[in-house]
Amino acid sequence: MDSKMKTSRRTFLKGSVALAGGSVAGAAVANEADPLITEVQEWASATGVGVDETPYGMPISFEKDVVRRNVEWLTASPISSINFTPIHALDGTITPQGCAFERHHSGAIELRKEDFRLMVNGLVDTPLVFSYQDLERFPRENHVYFCECAANTGMEWAGAQLNGAQFTHGMIHNMEYTGVPLRTLLNEAGLGAAGDLTGKWVYVEGADASSNGRSIPMEKALDDVLVAFKANGEALRMEHGYPVRLVVPGWEGNMWVKWLRRIEVTDAAVESREETSKYTDVYEDGTARKWTWVMDAKSVITSPSPQMPVSHAPGPMVISGLAWSGHGKITRVDVSRDGGITWQKARLGKQGDSKALTRFYLDGDWDGKAMLLQSRAMDETGYVQPTKQQLRDSRGENSVYHNNCIQTWYVDENGVVENVEVS
Amino acid sequence: MSKSLSQIVLPVAGGTALALSLALVVANLDYGQNKISSLEGRLEQASMRADEAAGKAREEAAVTAELEAKIAEIQADAKVRAASNPGLTEYAPKRESGYGLGRKARTEEIAAWDIDVLPDGRGLPQGRGDVFTGEEVFAEKCASCHGDFAEGVDNWPVLAGGFDTLADKDPVKTVGSYWPHLSTVWDYVHRSMPFGEAQTLTPDETYAIVAYILYSNDLVDDEFELSHENFSGFEMYNKGGFLIDDRPEREYARWSSEPCMENCKPSVEITMRATFLDVTPENGGESVMNDAKADDTPTFVAKAATSDATGGEAETAAPSPAIDPALLASGEKVFKKCKACHAVGEGAKNKSGPQLNGLIGRPMGAVEGFKYSKVFVAAHGEGRIWDETALTEFLAKPKSYMKGTKMSFSGLKKEEDLAAIKAYLKSFGE
Repeated sequence: MDSKMKTSRRTFLKGSVALAGGSVAGAAVANEADPLITEVQEWASATGVGVDETPYGMPISFEKDVVRRNVEWLTASPISSINFTPIHALDGTITPQGCAFERHHSGAIELRKEDFRLMVNGLVDTPLVFSYQDLERFPRENHVYFCECAANTGMEWAGAQLNGAQFTHGMIHNMEYTGVPLRTLLNEAGLGAAGDLTGKWVYVEGADASSNGRSIPMEKALDDVLVAFKANGEALRMEHGYPVRLVVPGWEGNMWVKWLRRIEVTDAAVESREETSKYTDVYEDGTARKWTWVMDAKSVITSPSPQMPVSHAPGPMVISGLAWSGHGKITRVDVSRDGGITWQKARLGKQGDSKALTRFYLDGDWDGKAMLLQSRAMDETGYVQPTKQQLRDSRGENSVYHNNCIQTWYVDENGVVENVEVS
Repeated sequence: MSKSLSQIVLPVAGGTALALSLALVVANLDYGQNKISSLEGRLEQASMRADEAAGKAREEAAVTAELEAKIAEIQADAKVRAASNPGLTEYAPKRESGYGLGRKARTEEIAAWDIDVLPDGRGLPQGRGDVFTGEEVFAEKCASCHGDFAEGVDNWPVLAGGFDTLADKDPVKTVGSYWPHLSTVWDYVHRSMPFGEAQTLTPDETYAIVAYILYSNDLVDDEFELSHENFSGFEMYNKGGFLIDDRPEREYARWSSEPCMENCKPSVEITMRATFLDVTPENGGESVMNDAKADDTPTFVAKAATSDATGGEAETAAPSPAIDPALLASGEKVFKKCKACHAVGEGAKNKSGPQLNGLIGRPMGAVEGFKYSKVFVAAHGEGRIWDETALTEFLAKPKSYMKGTKMSFSGLKKEEDLAAIKAYLKSFGE
């Protein structure tokens, strides 16, 4: 066995030694026959589990580590807190609902469809109340969008902190939503009373105890905002706002109000707690920026990453990651193995959807030497994901939100990966 | 297509030139006038035909160009549509007249839900509250998390102080130092607080609490009274501290040039390594250690999702068979009201309230490491015990049973809730 592979990779190599012996030269030769092949295994002889064993299936037990995780010291109570999507262990672009990150301000609530009411009021011709069933009778659309918390990567402003893509970049998920365009509901109530729509706002509010409310400018409300009731084909999960949540494509997750109960047309922003004391960005000189809604282009390598060390010998290796932009499509992702000295264009898993996650791959060989892995996203506006230094030079280190810097992973020669910052 | 058309036009023009030169040669020879005139006639005919053909060709070219423009337009249109629509569904149709769905909202329904307050004070109900009253209400309903002086307990928000720290390394963003509008404070306290008992404060209580928060920030004196009348005249300290998002001007243009691909910098050094190291799950690899100093920072240990903690606990703790599982389940539900401040079950730690394992039969004020209020310290000294009667009376009316308790909970009014919560707590040991 290669001397480079020891200690920290032991766990991974158990049971795959024969395979791991391979080298760049070509297929490996086994010293003895593999009993997994030569002996009849139990699963190849006895019968398995029947249908209906799990009427709603959960991932197989071997995948029990692929779950949302919380960083306890971040918040005072799990009821007003956040956890992280295990992006390091996922592939493709769609996030399964069961492991998509949660963010609650007063806990997730159980709200029955029968008890759901959605009010549209304020500067409308006729204030209306919709039932859940009413929503299902409007023409609906399907769209894939990412939802990223404005605080994603927020712990990394002052320096590398958390060792895992899940923790540095996991406040994000990407789902296929089914819902009614918000403009359809506004039209139903009638916007005549609002008069000139420039400078008008839509205030949206949830039914939970926090009754989180945000102001959305009318232009956006009439553009691509969805009142969604399905995600990835099934009902929303409780933790994502069952039965109805707002989808605000490309904009910070806090605006995606869950358990939506009210939509009010106003002539001014409400300046609620969530758009003044929180979700505003303090710059170096102490002034703050408000209404920083759009999530700028960003990317991260999900594998290898600290939770996904390299568990194989030098040779063929897939580097994989995610890229996204609140301004539209991802057009290109570059990957560097040397901390940003040289870059290579990555292969996009699929030409990016607008405001949705794009998967990228860099296929090649690992020479067994240490690497400083970085990825850099570009979107259709020509915007290039900045380095952490560029961001700090522009804003300082105190803004908490909207950290879309280039991430660096240090992969050592044993394949162990660590979150670092580079010059 | 337009190219092939011009190829038709050229031979016709060439033919005209040939006919003309022919005519000149023929004129110099002494041929008869007839011949000449007949040739002239033919020439005229030829040039007429040529003109006709050229005209026709021009016409055809124009039609073709028009068609081509149309095709280009359709293609461009499709491109725009494809670009703006991710393509899972076509856009939903729009019915100008509406769908006639939903029903008219009633005035009292709008009044019940439309409680937001705008920066200019619109939306405020009538009412008033002074600092003195506010201090009492705050102590009763807010101080267990935010501290008696709004200084914040544990990780709960600090509401006071932090002035002139916004440009510091770790700015202290409080109501006083950071919040730009008083309306936000009123609206938030009124709609979302107290945590776990939202939307129970009266307008007067809210005015009083807000007045006290201003006082704790030294923004008003102790005789101040806040009301709907003087509300809009109040200016917050950091009112001018917010600018509208300027990333487009500040960053977008600078960060939109073709990025460097080779020799982008002379060398690279690691300047910092992650502080919190042990985040890899147990079965996902061994922990990574390096020389970063993690001693002074909180230990970060990844834990599996907590979803099964309470359910599993109830089972393993083996409740006595006399307890009805339905009662236990509704007790777990009632406990949601307590969860913000109290933990129960295996490994339960003190939060802003003490952990509740083995509560029944436990001496009052006995949990180690918890800072009890004076009244519980006294109860402990007297050797008082949490028995069923004491717990029932306390939970029904905490403030009257234990005058001076820090617990900001108004009490469980329903008998069945009291029975359920007791059954639930009992299941974690007696």
